[in-house]
Amino acid sequence: MLIIGCGNLQRGDDGAGIMAVERLRALGIAAEVCAGEASELIGTWSGADDVIVIDAVVTCAPVGAVHVWDGQHPLEYGKSSGSTHGLGVAEAIELARAINCLPERLRVYGIEGKSFGIGSGVSPEVERAVHEVVTRIAAEVNAGQ
Amino acid sequence: MSGRGGRTITVDTLARVEGEGALYIKMAGDRVADVKLKIYEPPRLFEAFLRGRHFSEAPDITARICGICPIAYQMSAVHAIERALGIKIAPEVRLLRRLFYCGEWIESHALHVYMLHAPDFLGYADVIEMAKDHGEVVEKALRLKKIGNQIVQLIGGREIHPISAAVGGFHKTPSKRQLRELVSDLEWALEASLETVRWTSTLQFPDFEQDYEFVALRHPEEYPFCEGRLVSNRGVDIDAAEYEDCFTEFHVKHSNALHSMVRGRGSYLVGPLARFNLNFDKLPEVARKAALGVGLKPPVKNLFRSIVVRAVELVFACAEALRIIAEYEPPDAPRVEAPNRTGVGQAITEAPRGILYHRYAIDEHGLIVTAKIVPPTSQNQKRIEDDLREYAAQLAAWPLEEATWKCEQAVRCYDPCISCATHFLRVVIERD
Repeated sequence: MLIIGCGNLQRGDDGAGIMAVERLRALGIAAEVCAGEASELIGTWSGADDVIVIDAVVTCAPVGAVHVWDGQHPLEYGKSSGSTHGLGVAEAIELARAINCLPERLRVYGIEGKSFGIGSGVSPEVERAVHEVVTRIAAEVNAGQ
Repeated sequence: MSGRGGRTITVDTLARVEGEGALYIKMAGDRVADVKLKIYEPPRLFEAFLRGRHFSEAPDITARICGICPIAYQMSAVHAIERALGIKIAPEVRLLRRLFYCGEWIESHALHVYMLHAPDFLGYADVIEMAKDHGEVVEKALRLKKIGNQIVQLIGGREIHPISAAVGGFHKTPSKRQLRELVSDLEWALEASLETVRWTSTLQFPDFEQDYEFVALRHPEEYPFCEGRLVSNRGVDIDAAEYEDCFTEFHVKHSNALHSMVRGRGSYLVGPLARFNLNFDKLPEVARKAALGVGLKPPVKNLFRSIVVRAVELVFACAEALRIIAEYEPPDAPRVEAPNRTGVGQAITEAPRGILYHRYAIDEHGLIVTAKIVPPTSQNQKRIEDDLREYAAQLAAWPLEEATWKCEQAVRCYDPCISCATHFLRVVIERD
């Protein structure tokens, strides 16, 4: 299983995916870090057949909510994002689907964020959600060993 | 929309550009009454962050200005500071910096040509829609971009915001073997870039030529990256130290990015078209032949053809990377020592989107007293508005929705990097 955490620790709750990777690594579980840019992400999961992506999301759910999406089903993404020089995680998944580069199994753990300010830390609700996601993934990895 | 009456073209958030901005065009019949490229992304204050920091920190701080062109920021910073300190870099380091820049041009141009710009010509809302019908095109783009990233990662230590560039050279330089490992991928990339020139030349381009003042670096022996005089097709021929005498920045109410103009004249164009038109003779033969093979020769005055010019620059960057790797010998030391001393230095390098100017004043402790950064998108802003004034008038009879879409496409030809310039895109066309 390949675990990939996406985000930016310098942008508040956007650090959730990276924070999850750091905690998984502290538990001895290998995990990769990606900024979340599409070509980088598609390159990182190239050749892997079972992939988990962890990233902060905004869906209007309560802050700290944990979503799990099956990558085999189309994800919604912003059609007119204000900043699309780099395509994000949802666009990476849809782009990979269009060119048949999706891993056989792909799950996305989305952690609902609220604050993405420059230099701010993660919200307490997001920190708790990171703990929950790490616990769930660690249990799955350990059960599989 | 109201036929040929007055109307407003509004693009509230310009897509497929970097950063947050909007375009507002007010029409009065067939006449364009007002054009505002509104850059509302907040000012980023990097020049202020740099004050009081040691010059050695400048490459790492300025790399953070942009995730797409961090190398441009690092290269303008280190060259300006080296000039302030009177440092001469080793020839091997100079070559390595050109290779570093090739990596950035390959990843940036591959991203823009295929993922951001091509959907406009093929009639898709975005690259994901395009990929469903043109999967092989997108796969090629991803592989090209990855090869650019590999160069940046090898020389810079990581793909985004690289960390190895230093005043005087690099913190660490790669071995010959490490660079040679890139050769087979670069040979594929060169062929893919040649196909890209042929493919982009078959696209349909609007009939829109403008009388631009093109501004780019010009070097006596090579297609420019980090060195040369700043020249234009209207007589500019200056050293980087004279930049602020020749060009001026000014604030407009509707933008958080300063506008630029040639003093006493007006707007000017920087970027691939300017470089190509002013340096065609310096392109390697393979790139020159590829351009001529599809009927592309200077002066190219249709900005929509910039997609073909970027493809030619992809050919150049791949060929140049292969040349450098074949010649490369590691330097005796990765960098020369940079002493603390008072000085002022300016440098201009060619970011993928055009010239990037940096000036630093340094005190006797090596601390930065003042810093000035003029990014390419900032310099192109006034020219974008001038283009839109002409283009929107041509589109006066078009249905509002289509006119809005075309105007947004015109802005994307510039590959604007709004995050860099703020220190921007939404489009609004208003018709009475």
